[in-house]
Amino acid sequence: MIVPRAHLVPHVFDRAKLEGKPTRMGYGEGLVSAADENKNIVALCADLTESTQTHHFQKKYPDRFVEMGVAEQNLASVASGMAAMGKIPFIASYAMFSPGRNWEQIRTTICYNEQNVKVVGAHAGVSVGPDGATHQAIEDIAIMRVIPHMVVLSPCDALEAKKATIAAARFLGPVYIRFHREKTPVFTTEETPFEIGKAEIFFEPSGEPDVAIIAMGPLVHNALLAAEALAKEGVGVRVINSPSVKPLDGMIVEKAARDAGCIVTVEEHQIAGGLGSAVAEFLSSIYPVPIEFIGMRDRFGESGEPDELVEYFGMGVLSIQEVVRKVMKRKK
Amino acid sequence: MAYLTDEQTAYLSKKANEVRASIIESLIAAGSGHSAGPLGMADIFTVMYFHVLHHDPKNPGWEGRDRLVLSNGHICPVQYAAMAHAGYFPIEELKTLRKFGSRLQGHPHRKKLPGIETSSGPLGSGLSQAVGMAIAGRMDKLDIFFYCLTSDGEHDAGQTWEAAMLAGREKLWNLIQIIDRNSIQIDGFTEDVMPLEPLREKYEAFGWHVIDVDGHNFEAIVDAVEQGKAVYEKPTFIIAHTIPGKGVDFMERKFEWHGNPPGKGPEDRVPKDKQGTEALRQLRTLGGKIRSEHE
Repeated sequence: MIVPRAHLVPHVFDRAKLEGKPTRMGYGEGLVSAADENKNIVALCADLTESTQTHHFQKKYPDRFVEMGVAEQNLASVASGMAAMGKIPFIASYAMFSPGRNWEQIRTTICYNEQNVKVVGAHAGVSVGPDGATHQAIEDIAIMRVIPHMVVLSPCDALEAKKATIAAARFLGPVYIRFHREKTPVFTTEETPFEIGKAEIFFEPSGEPDVAIIAMGPLVHNALLAAEALAKEGVGVRVINSPSVKPLDGMIVEKAARDAGCIVTVEEHQIAGGLGSAVAEFLSSIYPVPIEFIGMRDRFGESGEPDELVEYFGMGVLSIQEVVRKVMKRKK
Repeated sequence: MAYLTDEQTAYLSKKANEVRASIIESLIAAGSGHSAGPLGMADIFTVMYFHVLHHDPKNPGWEGRDRLVLSNGHICPVQYAAMAHAGYFPIEELKTLRKFGSRLQGHPHRKKLPGIETSSGPLGSGLSQAVGMAIAGRMDKLDIFFYCLTSDGEHDAGQTWEAAMLAGREKLWNLIQIIDRNSIQIDGFTEDVMPLEPLREKYEAFGWHVIDVDGHNFEAIVDAVEQGKAVYEKPTFIIAHTIPGKGVDFMERKFEWHGNPPGKGPEDRVPKDKQGTEALRQLRTLGGKIRSEHE
């Protein structure tokens, strides 16, 4: 059942009744809210102002917006310079190009310099859809979370995306936030807790959990649907939303391992270096349990409809159920 | 018209020589590092820290200071030496260059040494940062100047041109870039490795005001900076023609001295074990003009 503290929407299991909204729109709204409360916030964009939803900010605060053109390396380092002068720059592009193309600039000029820059990667994951593999960022979490000082966030719906944007603005230091292109269900509410460094249990079985799913991004909703279906088979699943990939919520992850004895991680990202890796790195030295990883298995995406691709690459509801049964068999 | 009196020029000349000797001493102590670039830029750094910059060595975080961004971080021995002589930290500390625990990292780090505006080393990103600072400075109507020191080799990097394009569009009058046009990079002469000419025309086409100067002529450097500050509708690009290794005859104009300290350079003129003492002797006697060493 849904944990009351999570304050999810009613009818959370009925996708037809849920509002569909891209997480990038949460960024657009969050950026304006954050800018309303702090005049030092500026926004820079690399020729994707409407697509990344930065245009709302641009319209309201034209004097605090800088159009960068298609120049992602410059985007990162100009932001570093502005931060050195006390600004709080949000830099937006598609995740494939920022942080994809400008990794070293983010590492050296933002993180090593400890500059207060927020890197916004839109169009993450294979759910970008028809544009195909060149525009589907599935390595961004890996390359961001290895950089010292960088915080990495992956919100699960548009509302959480808005909260993550506002939280990033208030946080002192570099933050990477990934957003998605397609409409996905809005299933959290204003009351759903969000905090950098914290995960939240969204779904808990009536008894002790047999498996814990740790997920991030819009796939958290798929994990909820899988947990609900498995409950009907008598399999107890705990579903944890872990938007803060770094810092990871070690308390909740360790407790999940101890309570359930096995874990499935779910992410629209390469299984190498993503959320699953972070969970495995953490647990292997604290409390090792069997883990199965759902995500991209060392391959590129391709063109297709978003849902079709998510299914094809094994991140759909049925696939998650299958992997849950598999990991349970590995429990001692 | 000259902005410097004869006394000021003589003072800068003496300081630059002290800075050069400190560069060699710190490189000898470090046992690794770059020689040619730092020596070639000693006159410009001396002019910056002893004449141009509005700064406070005893209060490096003073908000009203001009900002000096060094983009090609590998020539940091010259920045460290100029800063030490200007009073940012004890000259003795220069001997910790590149050592474990030192504030003088092999490539400069702003979190280690107060007065360093930005960490640098990976080439091609300094101009972007200076452009960002200048844009922010203009947003806040700050009456300060942003100086960016770059190398010619790093102009191979596309990012430098991304930044140049943006600065031109933004008409950043508060930004002055000085390029160390010493015409060498690690693999050889710049015009062989990747030709940059016509450099003046390229920058003019990008919307910059361009000035060529002899990078070892103090008056010319100061004149160019003052002109850059007076040009109100464009960023300024000062092409400082410098001699790599300037002041030590066996290092001058040799790209082989780009990445080596005294004691590890080519042996065509001076054997390795004599390179350090010979370099210091030349600097202390002003290239043999005076017969006994002066400190």
